[in-house]
This record gives sequence, structure tokens and C-alpha cells, in this order.
Amino acid sequence: MKNLKLLLVIFLAFFLVATVAMPAWSADTIKIGVIGPMNFSQGKGHWNGALMAQDEINAAGGVQVGPKKMKIELVKADSNEFISMTDATNAMELLLTREKVNFVVGGFRTEAVLAMQDIAMDYKTIFLGCGAATKSICDRVGENYDRYKYWFRITPFNNIFLARGNFIHLAMVAGIMRKTLGIQTPKVAIVGEKQAWVEAMITAAEANIPKMGMEVVGVWRPSQTATDVTAELSAIQRSGAQIVFTIFSASVGVTFAKQVGELKLPVVQVGINVEAQKEGFWEATGGMGNYVMTMNTYARDVEYNELTKPFVDGYIKRFGEVPTYTADTHEAILLLSEAIQRAGSLDPDKIVAELEKTDEEGTAGRFKFDKNHDPVWGPGYLTSLGVQWQDGKLVGVWPNKWKAAENAPEITYKGIVDYKLPPWVIEAYKK
Amino acid sequence: MLSDIILTTLINGSTYALLAIGFSLIFGVARIVNIAHTAFYMVAAYCIFFATHRLGVNPVTAMLMAVIVIVLLGLICYKLFIEPIREHEAAVLIATIALAMIFQEVMLLIFKGDFRTVPPLVSGYMNLAGVKVGYQQLLTIAAALIILAGVWAFLIKTRLGLAIRSTAQDREVANLMGMNEARVAMLTLAVSVAIAALTGAVVLPLTVLNPHMWMQPLIMMMAVVVLGGLGSLKGSFAGAFILAFSEALIVFLIPKGAFLRESVALSIMILVLLMRPEGLFGIVFEEER
Repeated sequence: MKNLKLLLVIFLAFFLVATVAMPAWSADTIKIGVIGPMNFSQGKGHWNGALMAQDEINAAGGVQVGPKKMKIELVKADSNEFISMTDATNAMELLLTREKVNFVVGGFRTEAVLAMQDIAMDYKTIFLGCGAATKSICDRVGENYDRYKYWFRITPFNNIFLARGNFIHLAMVAGIMRKTLGIQTPKVAIVGEKQAWVEAMITAAEANIPKMGMEVVGVWRPSQTATDVTAELSAIQRSGAQIVFTIFSASVGVTFAKQVGELKLPVVQVGINVEAQKEGFWEATGGMGNYVMTMNTYARDVEYNELTKPFVDGYIKRFGEVPTYTADTHEAILLLSEAIQRAGSLDPDKIVAELEKTDEEGTAGRFKFDKNHDPVWGPGYLTSLGVQWQDGKLVGVWPNKWKAAENAPEITYKGIVDYKLPPWVIEAYKK
Repeated sequence: MLSDIILTTLINGSTYALLAIGFSLIFGVARIVNIAHTAFYMVAAYCIFFATHRLGVNPVTAMLMAVIVIVLLGLICYKLFIEPIREHEAAVLIATIALAMIFQEVMLLIFKGDFRTVPPLVSGYMNLAGVKVGYQQLLTIAAALIILAGVWAFLIKTRLGLAIRSTAQDREVANLMGMNEARVAMLTLAVSVAIAALTGAVVLPLTVLNPHMWMQPLIMMMAVVVLGGLGSLKGSFAGAFILAFSEALIVFLIPKGAFLRESVALSIMILVLLMRPEGLFGIVFEEER
């Protein structure tokens, strides 16, 4: 009996040691934590993109780290950051302390990413952001390089460039309204959810839209989770707006598009609506989101270069939908694995130095980091797309003969189609 | 602008009134603070979505099915989680918070966090004072008024309604008069969650379905019942329209502060608690009923 008890104690001790030490056993793999709101499409994008990258790299034999080949191993972490900041920071702590991951990719909401970024920096772990746009996240690299150099943003580009891209889309739509409907000074309502990343864009929009020959008739700031915006819509109708410049990343984007569509308000929606980037948007709005335009990274049949189609088609085949921008964890892991190979080591400082040298074509255009580890935006680099819902299909409508400067060459990506004005808008304003 | 504010007040106020009256009813009768009330509303909305989109049932049948499912669910929850601890009001409050979280997580597990919608029962819109208003919105106001009238008739004209009112007035005396107070409480909970389910059915086509959709109405509902007076149906009705009016004022007068609508509702709630804890039509807390 005594021996049995001793055996039991030994077994339990062994079990405990084995459980705690388990992560250390996987020394021949590179562990990458994928962190995001996993119960939401943004987190699903994070995970699916990372899975694609893992399978591609492992199928090719793994990552060459000095003399040995190492396979990629993903660890999923649910940040639940839409609901709880504490869940997000706990998930990051668990990845770094319990799972002992070598790198982290993902993150979505700025407020959560800022907190998670600090934790990753405390552990000197490279964190590749794939979701939050606020410029200040990357500004920290410039302000305190030694601490924040382990942070890189992969997607999207920062909110200043997001705004610039959106103004170009807005100018295109305003141009079409002038030409088609004879509205020389379109009236614009700015509607942005109450979130940190939106602030700078609202300020920029208020300053720039009048310079673009349009009139700002008001700014509305609904809650990001508003389930009803009828009051805002009544006020927007009263303002006489013909264009609504949207800045949404959360569920209010669905509510807004649905209610505008149901009332057939004579306005066109252009800007960012993250929910409209997803294939589920059509079902979520019951088809009422028709003609909504948003910035997006990918669209069916639109190609930035020869790398886009294999990725997008492969993603659609595997997951049944077009990748959203958070699926650029795929790009993040590919860039990271190349940097590891060049560094020949898993030493984060050496990999940071190699990541900083990145200048290569990716699935969404040519990728290069600026001094703050922010991706470079502009012709020849990343530009993203303007996409529009046209009768149940999300199609690419920008860049369509876009000239970045007067003497610059026109840019039109393969697969881009013409933007369409909603028929009820044409009916309301056609003279 | 005034017509817009009035219209918005009517649309939102009727939804808040429906939710607040169900909540107030069960508090007034059984002193149960059912935080899960709006979670029942959320589950009802998912039931309707499931029945219409996955089972192909027509929307009206789906709504009736949802009400039945929610009433059964409410009764099961009452028997398992509320009745054993009913005498401890704080414990009931905590248990119902837990219930709401459980509902949310189960829905998240089954339906994920994707946003979903159901088509309106009546599509189209009309111009009212120069502003487009959807027929579904008008239907919501009408349905809310009909449901409220139905609840009133039920309470006034039926024997069970009489039992509920008398229990609400004085539980102990009602018990002494031979009324099974525990049974009345259970039936009141069934009526209360049925109203929540009906609210879900009426509001669903106007909103976007997701597992967290119960939180925002909960805040507004709590503010409404505190303003109107805990347990007072009349107060809930008035409070709902007062808060909806304040919301509309914020959106129309301070468009950049539209996100503040809930904060303002909560501020009104705190002010009322400080200045008139019994609310507009409620009974003073200290008073023994």
C-alpha cells in the first residue's frame, strides 16, 4: 500500500513536470502565437491566414534557421478584445509565459493592441500587428526604439494613409456624381464610430473635404455597437447629405448600412466599413448593403500582382470566403520566416534588423517598412482597393485609371470594374 | 426637427417600454431583479432567426415558436436557478447576471459572433414630415402599443392578472388570502419573459443580431425602470418615452456626441436615485408593502 502511494506521488510529480515543461519539448518548432477575437470574423481571419502560411511553409520543409530546418507551430489565443481588454492582456501574457511562443501575430482593436504591445515588448518578443490602424502604435517605435523595436505593423496601413486612401475614393465617387447627376458641390455627412482610430480621420475629413469641392453638413458619432441608428439617419436626411463618409470597424457598420438600405435614403456610402469587407455582410444586412463602398485589401478576381491570385483563390477554396485584411497574418508569417532565414537565428534583435530590410512583393503589393515599422503606402507599394457591393457581389472598383500625381502613370489593377451609383440615388437627383 | 425628435422618441420609446414593463412586472410581483431579461430577448431573436433561416418557417410562426421556447426556458431557469434562492434578492440578482452570461456564451458558441439579420415583416417606407420612416418601424410602434394594451387587459380583466396585482400589492396578505404566491411568481416570470420574447420578435427586423445585443437594451431598461419607479408599470411606460426623448435630443442637438446617449441615460438614472429614489411612480424602498 505504501509503495502504491509512493508510485502515485511519483506519477503525479512526473505528470506535473511534464505538463509544465511541455512547451520546452517542442524546441524544433518555431511557435507563433496568433492572437485575435476568435469568435468574430476578424479573429477568424487572423487564424485562417496564419494556417495558410503555416501549411505553405511546413509543406516546403519548414524555415531554415542556421543549420537546421524548423517547422512552424501555431498557438491560438482568443483576445476577446471587443468585449474585454483584460481578456486581451491575459491572452497575451499566457502566450508569452505559459505557451512560450517565439513570435506573436494579430491584434485588432487599437485600445487592446496598445496594451498587448507593451506586454510583448516587456518580453522582447516580436509582435506583428495585423488589425489596428492607429498611427501612434507605430510612433512608439520612433519615440523609444530600444523598447518598441520588436513591434511591426503588417496591416492595415496607418489611419493617416487610410484617410488619404478614403479621400481618393471619395473624390472618385464625387466626380461620378458631378458627371452623372450634375451635383457640383456634393454634401457630405461624416459618420464615424466612437473609437480611438477614428479621431484623426474625422479631423482630417473635416479639414480636407471642403478643399475637395464638397460641403460637410455634419459629423455623427454613434457608438460602435449601436443596434439602432434611426435617429442619426433622420438627422442626416434633414441635413440634405448626398454622400455619407463612413468610418466603421464594428457592428454599427452593419446596422447603418441595413437601415440606410431599408429606407432607400438618397445617399451613397463611401469610406471604411470593415463589416462590409466580409462576404457575410450581404446576409447580415439582408441585401440592404447593396452599393456600399469600402476600402478593402482583397476582392474576388482582383490582382495586385502574380502572388495575389494563388493566395485569394486558395483561401476561398479552403475557407469559402474572400480573405479580409486580418488574414494578412499570412503575409506576416511569410515575411517573418524570410527574416528568420536571413538572420539564421531566432534571436529577436537579429530578426528585427532583417525585418527592417524587407522590400519585396507580397500578396497585396510591394512591402516595405518605414522607420517606425509602419508599412509604406503609395503607388508601387501598398495601396489597398476600393470595393463595392454590386447585387450580392463584392467587386473591386478602385484603382480605376488612378493617377497619383498629374504626370504619374495611370494605375488599374487586373479585375477592377466600374463603380455604380445606387438607382434610387440616380432617381432622386437626376434632373 | 421637432417632428423628427418626436418620431424617434416614439420608435425607441415603445421598444424600451416593452422591455421595461416585463422587467418591472416580475420585480413588482416577486421582487426578482431579472438582469437576464434582455438576454431572454436576445435568445428569442436567435430562435426566430434559426426558425426562419435554418428551418424555413414563416416569420409569424417563428415568432410564436420563439415565445413558447422562451417561456419554457424561463420556467426552467426559474425552477433551477431562481426559486431555490428567491428569498435572497442579491443572490437572485447575481444568479440572473450569470444566466445572461451563459445565454450569451451559448449563443456565441452556436451562432458565433457573426452579425445576422431577418427581413422586415413589412418592407418599404413612407414620408412623414419630410423624413423617410420604414413601415417596420411604424409596425413596431403599433405592436408595442398592442402588446402593452394586452398586458394591461390581462392584468385588469383576468383572475391571474388579479392574483398578480394583489401579490404585487402585498405578498404576505395575498398568501394569507389563499393565493399560492410562489406559483403566481412563476407565472409572472413566464408572462415577463414572454413579453421579452415578443419584444425580440418585434424589434429583430430593425436591428442586427449578435450575442451581445442584450447589453445595450439592458442599460436603457435599467435606467427606464429606475426613472419610472421599480415595479411600477405606469412608471416604466412614462420612463421609456422620457429617456427615448432625451436620447433623440442628444442625437439631434449634439450629433458628435451621439455615442453619449447611454451615458446620459445612466446619468439620469443616478440623478433620480439621488434625488427621488422611488422614481416617478415607484414606492419608497423603505416602505414595507
